[in-house]
Amino acid sequence: MFAQSSLNVRNKRVESLFRTLFLLMTILLIIPVVIILGTLVAKGGGSLSIDFLFTDPTNGMTAGGIFPALLGTILIVVVALIASVPLGVAAAIYLNEYAGDNWFTRLIQLAIINLAGVPSIVHALFGVGAFVLFFGFGTSILAASLTLAIMTLPVVIVSTRESLRSVPQAFREACWNMGATRWQTIRRVVLPNAVSGILTGIILEVSRTAGETAPIMFTGAAFFLPFLPQSVFDQTMALSLHLFVVSTQVPGVPEGLPYGVALVLIGLVLLMNSISIAFRMYLRGKKKW
Amino acid sequence: MVNQAAAVTKNEAEVKIAVRDLSISYGGVPALTGVTLDVREHEIFGIIGPANAGKTSFIKTLNRMDTFDSSMKVEGQILFNGLDVTKLKNIYALRSRIGVVFPLPVGLPLTIYENVALSPRLRGIKDKSELDVIVERCLTRAALWDEVKDRLSSLGSLLSGGQQQRLTIARALSQEPDVLMLDEFSIAVDPVTTMRIEDVLKELKHEMTIILVTNLVQQARRLADRTAFFLDGRCVEIGDTEELFTGNVKDQKTLDYIEGKFG
Repeated sequence: MFAQSSLNVRNKRVESLFRTLFLLMTILLIIPVVIILGTLVAKGGGSLSIDFLFTDPTNGMTAGGIFPALLGTILIVVVALIASVPLGVAAAIYLNEYAGDNWFTRLIQLAIINLAGVPSIVHALFGVGAFVLFFGFGTSILAASLTLAIMTLPVVIVSTRESLRSVPQAFREACWNMGATRWQTIRRVVLPNAVSGILTGIILEVSRTAGETAPIMFTGAAFFLPFLPQSVFDQTMALSLHLFVVSTQVPGVPEGLPYGVALVLIGLVLLMNSISIAFRMYLRGKKKW
Repeated sequence: MVNQAAAVTKNEAEVKIAVRDLSISYGGVPALTGVTLDVREHEIFGIIGPANAGKTSFIKTLNRMDTFDSSMKVEGQILFNGLDVTKLKNIYALRSRIGVVFPLPVGLPLTIYENVALSPRLRGIKDKSELDVIVERCLTRAALWDEVKDRLSSLGSLLSGGQQQRLTIARALSQEPDVLMLDEFSIAVDPVTTMRIEDVLKELKHEMTIILVTNLVQQARRLADRTAFFLDGRCVEIGDTEELFTGNVKDQKTLDYIEGKFG
């Protein structure tokens, strides 16, 4: 009854062929990641130390630590977050909870998608025109952060909308049926259940901007500064630009140093991502429906 | 089709909801056509009929749920205490006076306590002791208090289906509504719980008007004072429940449906 026909044999062979093919593609995918991380750790691991993280660069950036750049990157990302999160979350709430499906909202969505597709160098030039010159912030942390904020707005909006969408419509309707206004429904039912997703999404997306170079190099990041920024109107060093500088612009840099900087930058981003993922797993365990 | 004189109550003081020539369509496809009927104060008004008869669409218009669905178009008049709800500006006030229970219970992702306290909170009641009283009273009336009184702070969405449905009813009662609408509430509920809820409804009738949509004709017979039979987007017949169930019908289709010849 279950004797193998030639068709069975052929199907099996094709099955294992595709299975192997897809497996190979998956392995191929992780090879670059492994190589990048492996090289960085092998070549840059030696230059890592507490001193490296917390001292200033010396000898024309060929020795010493990276503290101003590390601090600068964290500052720029934090200020960018402060600017983009309220704006992006508010826009996402409007689009998901209030706006009807009409030409106006479709136009806005199109604009958001297009904003996400703008190359970062164009954002950089926009930042120079708008924040550095027009608003007169000069090349400063504020200008760099606002440029990054504009760049991350689309991802903040999209990830917030996804979180809002994951709250079942039945909850909203049950609430409306009790006579609740839209805002009462959002505040009492939608936001408390979406806030975890919104937060993790934002951390995940925005931590990626820590590595951006182009948008900040004309707007606020400095080649080298002998002092730390005193306010958001000062320039600052940043890890991404520092990496570019020590690997291409300065002669006589020991080989391990750029790898060390890269390792710190990637470690910072991975740390933020891990926090976000751990946070998400923790909250998923507490899911309320 | 419908005898207008029978559908429309003469003594206007008794009328809670007056529906006049109501038609509903979804994206141009009619779901309900030309319904005229009165729901009287303090009665259980049953609506029976097979699937796609327009029963759910009908009750959705009463508290303006048509605003949730842009494809849903409503024509005609619905007078709630004499006010036309289709032209009403303050639909929040209207909805707060109508409790709604749907086939599948919707336990909000809040604690049991907060599920019931939500509506009073929306009305601006903040006093904890006052909320406690409301929560206990509503859960008791929904025949759920004894089962949940020791775990009011656990999530409402973790209760069993039958318990969640009673929680939904308790939540509807916390609105202190004039009208309670139930749409096939017993679909996800076991028979014993169904009977308990039916007993609750008989009690509640003295305080509010109840509209009971059901696909169980015997449930309509047990509970409803008057019953409307909907079929294919029309209201075929409205009459005293006992009259209909003793075969005193104007349209043969009503009798056929009640007797289970089609469904």
